[in-house]
Amino acid sequence: MLRLVVRRLLQLIPTLFGLSVLLFLWIHRLPGGPASALLGERATEESRRQIESQLGLDQPVWVQYGRWIRRLAELDLGNSTQTGQPVWDEFTLRFPATIELGLTALLFAVVVGIPLGYFAARRRGTWLDVTAVSGSLIGICVPVFFLAVILRSVFAVNLGWLPSGGRITTGINATEVTGFRVLDGVLTGEFDASWDAIQHLILPGVALASIPLAVIVRITRASVLEVLSEDYVRTAESKGLRKSVIRARHVLRNALLPVVTTIGLLTGSLLSGAVLTESAFSFGGIGSFIRTAISGRDHPTLMGFILFIALVYVLINLLVDLTYSLIDPRVRVN
Amino acid sequence: MRIARPRAAKMFAAAIAIGLVATGCASDRDDDDNGSGGDSDVFVFGAAGNPASLDPSLGSDGETFRVTRQAFETLLDHEPGGTELVGGLAEEWSSNDAGTEWTFSLREGVTFHDDAALTGDVVCQNFDRWYNWSGTYQNTTLSYYWQNIFGGFAENESEDAPEPNYVGCEAPDELTAVITVAEPSANYPGGFSLQPFSIHSPDSLAAYAEDDPSGGGEDITFPGYSQEGGTVAGTGPFQITEWNKGNGEVTLERFDDYWGETAGVDTLVFRTISEESARRQELQAGDIHGYDLVAPADVQTLADADFQVPVRGVFNIFYLGITQERQPALEELEVRQAIAHALDRQNIVDTQLPEGGVVATQFMPDTVAGYSQDVRTYDYDPDLAQQLLADAGHEDLTLDFCYPTEVTRPYMPAPADIYELLRADLEAVGITVQPKALTWNPDYTETTRDGGCDVYLLGWTGDFNDGYNFLGTWFDGYTKEWGFENEEIFDLMTEARTEPDVETREGLYATANEAIMEFLPGVPISSSPPSIAFSADVNPPTVSPLTQENFAEVSFK
Repeated sequence: MLRLVVRRLLQLIPTLFGLSVLLFLWIHRLPGGPASALLGERATEESRRQIESQLGLDQPVWVQYGRWIRRLAELDLGNSTQTGQPVWDEFTLRFPATIELGLTALLFAVVVGIPLGYFAARRRGTWLDVTAVSGSLIGICVPVFFLAVILRSVFAVNLGWLPSGGRITTGINATEVTGFRVLDGVLTGEFDASWDAIQHLILPGVALASIPLAVIVRITRASVLEVLSEDYVRTAESKGLRKSVIRARHVLRNALLPVVTTIGLLTGSLLSGAVLTESAFSFGGIGSFIRTAISGRDHPTLMGFILFIALVYVLINLLVDLTYSLIDPRVRVN
Repeated sequence: MRIARPRAAKMFAAAIAIGLVATGCASDRDDDDNGSGGDSDVFVFGAAGNPASLDPSLGSDGETFRVTRQAFETLLDHEPGGTELVGGLAEEWSSNDAGTEWTFSLREGVTFHDDAALTGDVVCQNFDRWYNWSGTYQNTTLSYYWQNIFGGFAENESEDAPEPNYVGCEAPDELTAVITVAEPSANYPGGFSLQPFSIHSPDSLAAYAEDDPSGGGEDITFPGYSQEGGTVAGTGPFQITEWNKGNGEVTLERFDDYWGETAGVDTLVFRTISEESARRQELQAGDIHGYDLVAPADVQTLADADFQVPVRGVFNIFYLGITQERQPALEELEVRQAIAHALDRQNIVDTQLPEGGVVATQFMPDTVAGYSQDVRTYDYDPDLAQQLLADAGHEDLTLDFCYPTEVTRPYMPAPADIYELLRADLEAVGITVQPKALTWNPDYTETTRDGGCDVYLLGWTGDFNDGYNFLGTWFDGYTKEWGFENEEIFDLMTEARTEPDVETREGLYATANEAIMEFLPGVPISSSPPSIAFSADVNPPTVSPLTQENFAEVSFK
């Protein structure tokens, strides 16, 4: 087990290095640069040239890459060209929001998705099954921006039940401790702030959950259908085991294996999904920041963020493999 | 199977119950007077973007200035709702005949947020600070406006920096400041009204000096003090108390010792909501009290729902640019005239622009001094356009037409829709249009600036009321985006730029406008007011053609 972990972590180094080279080349090949992005229609040719020379963007790409990798070795991701602040500081400031939103979406997708997928499989062909399958298709197809507009229109504008955007109501007394709003409210006894933060999480959480929920429903359904036709389920039934035991110990446990893998992979995609969802709801996490970094050609921020996502993906994959070996005794790690 | 049905039903019932509890408990949100957590004296405004810095000297964009303008004031200002220069921190101002010495008589009794008094010395300290900037501050990103209006620095550290035009500042007495420049410029006195040249308190300046940005020249590094409330102190009706970047909110509190009329609300919050539809829905939901850059399609909807949508004055130009170098046909005047006659610009104004928009006859709005009534005009006349193309032998003209996506500009609310109408106009007279859609930032601005399009859509919102701020932006010498040489126009602009006498300068602008519209380097399309909206329960500020609203005028009804 330990050897596996060490080997996988070592594999991370060439993976991230290769990725960083490709990324650097790609980002620097994008048309336009920070100068035009910063000054918009005021960016004259002269001012643009000046900024590019001041930022070292007029030097060969390999020189720029060498400089970037040297700084990375010192764990310095450079400064955001949008805000003039260290990229690392911008990330740590905004990550709690993204993690809070991601966890909300994941919780929603798992809590609703697994039972829905399971019962859709158990009642194959019924209205529940058809609704779950077609609903999940809609969840995958509807763009998050459109979903955001619809959700806000119904629940914030027309019904007035939920806030339409942001993380917390302006003017509410909320002391920041960890940056996780819900947790901070509990820690400081400001339960109003906690509750307010939960309300602000519902709409973006549902929007961000739309794709993972759909995927989990479909994977769970397919997996349960497959397991239900397995010999060991029939054997368990013929042995006269109680249905609840069969469902819990034989069907659900085995059917959940591919779902666990999917959930792991979805965690990474939640990070990238947050880019659109946070922008749509002005949520102020890393996602909104990256969206402006893309249009602002904020190279250091983009490099740092994409490498971070890659790192998360690799680590989650590793975690999924380890979890797999724990819940499936057939998997032999060594 | 049957056993599980009630369980499934229970699970769904539980999920629905949780949702109902959450939303049910949330429904008491409706009881608030406004969207500010029940505090009826917090005014929340939805801004389209984050400020870059709380020190306006380091800013170059409207979202930064919208915030800092409430806390910092300049020597000169603009009349409320207009474009005429009026006194700001200076009650009176004058210059010598050569236009190189500017004398400002300061208001009495003006105090900064940290209790310091405004004096001539303090004004000079501010100007000397900018002039003596070094290191990272000389990066154009941080000192764009200083370099643009006053040139370079005491010690230029880069060959790219322009020669300084600022010479020095003296305070002959307590309430007078005299600023000397090397050459007269059309940028004075208008430049003294720009937010980057706001006056900061002496203690603030001392604190700034101790907080020099770290990092080399290869980083854009905004200093720490400019990123959090508390250090910066101006003389404005509000003081900046907090910038919560996580929430995208800047909070300002009323300054009770303000020299003028104190603000109508205790707390002013600018909250960043980058998506236009989100801003509209937050206003409709009562979570904010106002927002800027309203989509034209939403104006009537909001007005019908009793929201206030005051109309700003006009201070911008939207135009169809032509890059003559891109193909020989465009260097022929008849072809450019044909393009101008082909465009139904009134249709754009009627269908795509907010109320108050007008067809433009030249490259400045009629509110700018130097506007000429005698320019050559180009009415919508598709038959004449076809005739001109035939005479020039270019009936088969093909044009790369660039237009931006994912953007709303104050002068161009819906670029793709406008492009479609103009494309149809051009195709109606036999011109083949090849669309080139580019993301605004930075592909589009860069491609058009580099002369990468035959024709393109762009515009400009003025900084202050001087013709050079418009005409000089485009026609003071050769640029790739226009791709032409015309000594008559270039000479007129150079002459105007260095002419100290205002009336003479305005005459030169009028002559230049006439020459430009004869030569027709591009087609001015329209001038239109960018829309701004407020909830029904507030008294909105006087709206400004320069988008310089003073939020101290805001109060709740």
